[in-house]
Amino acid sequence: MTSTLKATMHITARRLRFLMRQPFYLAMTLVQPLIWLLLFGQLFKRITEMPGFTTGSYITYLTPGVVVMTALFSSGWSGMALVTDMERGIMNRLLVLPVRRVALIAGSVIYEAIVVLIQALIIIGLGLALGARFPGGVLSLAALVGCTMLIGAAFASFSNAVALHVRQGESVIALVTFLQLPLTFLSTTFMAQSLMPHWIQLVARFNPVNWAVIVGRQSLSSQVDWSFVALHVGYLIVLALACAWFSVNAFRAYQRSI
Amino acid sequence: MATTLSAARAGTTPVASPAIDVQELNKVYPEKTQALKDLRFQVESGTVFGLLGPNGAGKSTAVKILTTLSTPDAGRALVCGIDVVRQPFNVRRLIGYVAQMSGVDPDASGLENLMLQGQLYGMPGNDLKRRVAELLDSFNLTEAGGRLVKTYSGGMKRKLDVAMGIVHRPRVLFLDEPTTGLDPEARAEMWQEIERLAHEGMTILLTTHYLDEADHLAQRVAIIDRGQVVVEGTPEQLKHELHGDTIQIELEHEPHRDLREILTVRSEVREVAVDGRMVRARVENGATALPVIMSTLENAGIVIKSVTVARPSLDDVYFRYSGKSFARAQEEGSR
Repeated sequence: MTSTLKATMHITARRLRFLMRQPFYLAMTLVQPLIWLLLFGQLFKRITEMPGFTTGSYITYLTPGVVVMTALFSSGWSGMALVTDMERGIMNRLLVLPVRRVALIAGSVIYEAIVVLIQALIIIGLGLALGARFPGGVLSLAALVGCTMLIGAAFASFSNAVALHVRQGESVIALVTFLQLPLTFLSTTFMAQSLMPHWIQLVARFNPVNWAVIVGRQSLSSQVDWSFVALHVGYLIVLALACAWFSVNAFRAYQRSI
Repeated sequence: MATTLSAARAGTTPVASPAIDVQELNKVYPEKTQALKDLRFQVESGTVFGLLGPNGAGKSTAVKILTTLSTPDAGRALVCGIDVVRQPFNVRRLIGYVAQMSGVDPDASGLENLMLQGQLYGMPGNDLKRRVAELLDSFNLTEAGGRLVKTYSGGMKRKLDVAMGIVHRPRVLFLDEPTTGLDPEARAEMWQEIERLAHEGMTILLTTHYLDEADHLAQRVAIIDRGQVVVEGTPEQLKHELHGDTIQIELEHEPHRDLREILTVRSEVREVAVDGRMVRARVENGATALPVIMSTLENAGIVIKSVTVARPSLDDVYFRYSGKSFARAQEEGSR
């Protein structure tokens, strides 16, 4: 058990070292969410004038949404690192080490969660600078960040599983991009629920991205519904574990292909 | 002392349990190619065993099964007495694997690659640091240790690969074509490294398609062709079986007559094999047989392009058992 935890930590450290060596990539990873916030914040600025929004400030409304959307967009690429490792023979080397498969997945997922955490803090910081206000307080923002890390972890696991099954960068990109935008737009990321068509409202209820967004929106209210938060955190934990299980099992498919 | 081929065939258990025991492994790939067909061999502890064969003979498949990366369809394989299919995790602790394709991370330094490898083997910090420094030193990589691996030459990368395979002092080391793609100088250096490891008492399974490499490094050699061992023994034994000399004749044109018939009537010629324009004759004494062979061929109206007389090599052994020259098998395998 402890050896699995240590191996996880070492795998995460390897990815972080790589990130630190890529200043341009690092900068883009951090700048990208700022662009989302500024761009969408300007584009839909007057949308809160419509009835249905609980806040008059679109930047306040949008900030939690962009936090979650960013997690989805950055962690979705996680599988690409696995494909690169496969192409370089690194994956095969890792697989003959006395390391549990779960450590290989957890190491990469925790790395994504750390990236997501940093991005979330930067977006919230910028949101505040642009005038967003969160009466829910620090704890409600912590719940937003926690849910964002969970959705990031789940999507990273999913991306890893796809990578292990298809073993090809193009296919990972295709599937991930196929999911990213629909998952974002079938949620309350940009639009208040009551203003969405009925069928989208229905779909959004089962959309994990929306679970994270609506938990995040609790921070807009001075009375946070903590049981609502706990329930959706629970859903997201179950989802993240299911995705992790799926990807750990995907190693079998990969090894059959060797 | 050595486990003889006949003893292994008869299924008798050798006195000391072998470091690697391969029992009738079979593997069929989804494209219906039979990669391994009742493959069997044993590697005695503390020896270097050469698995020799052209591309596509099944060498890498065998190594992937023995290192727990892949699984066989049938058969059993034990490494240090542990079943590779039933207890892969326990096998992984005992082995080192240097794959045919390099497994180093080009985006990390040599030092970081070695440290991570040791950490994942669960080596404690101080022991690992000492070991890594020792390995960098012995592989002449100390100076390059802090540099990213993508700046390394092919030879340096390969040395780092081997260093990573032995960082945890494995009992059995699998080297899958360790010198393929290296220039002669790097290859000679790699041979020295492998000899040193063998000297330290590590059991090494070496696959290669270089006959001279197996001859030079391995105490025992198995020639593998289409997933089965065709012959096994010490390089000396195998070559000794072909005692006498080998005369290799290159003809101007592919012969339209059966040269075996023409040549074997001469008492000096023991065995003849023909592969395209290449003729190989095994003779007792090259110096005396050569004029006889040449005049016989000339009388038959066959034009000779070149002739060489040589002591038998593993190439000749391969030729004899598979009926084709190694170079040609190599070409077919890569197709």
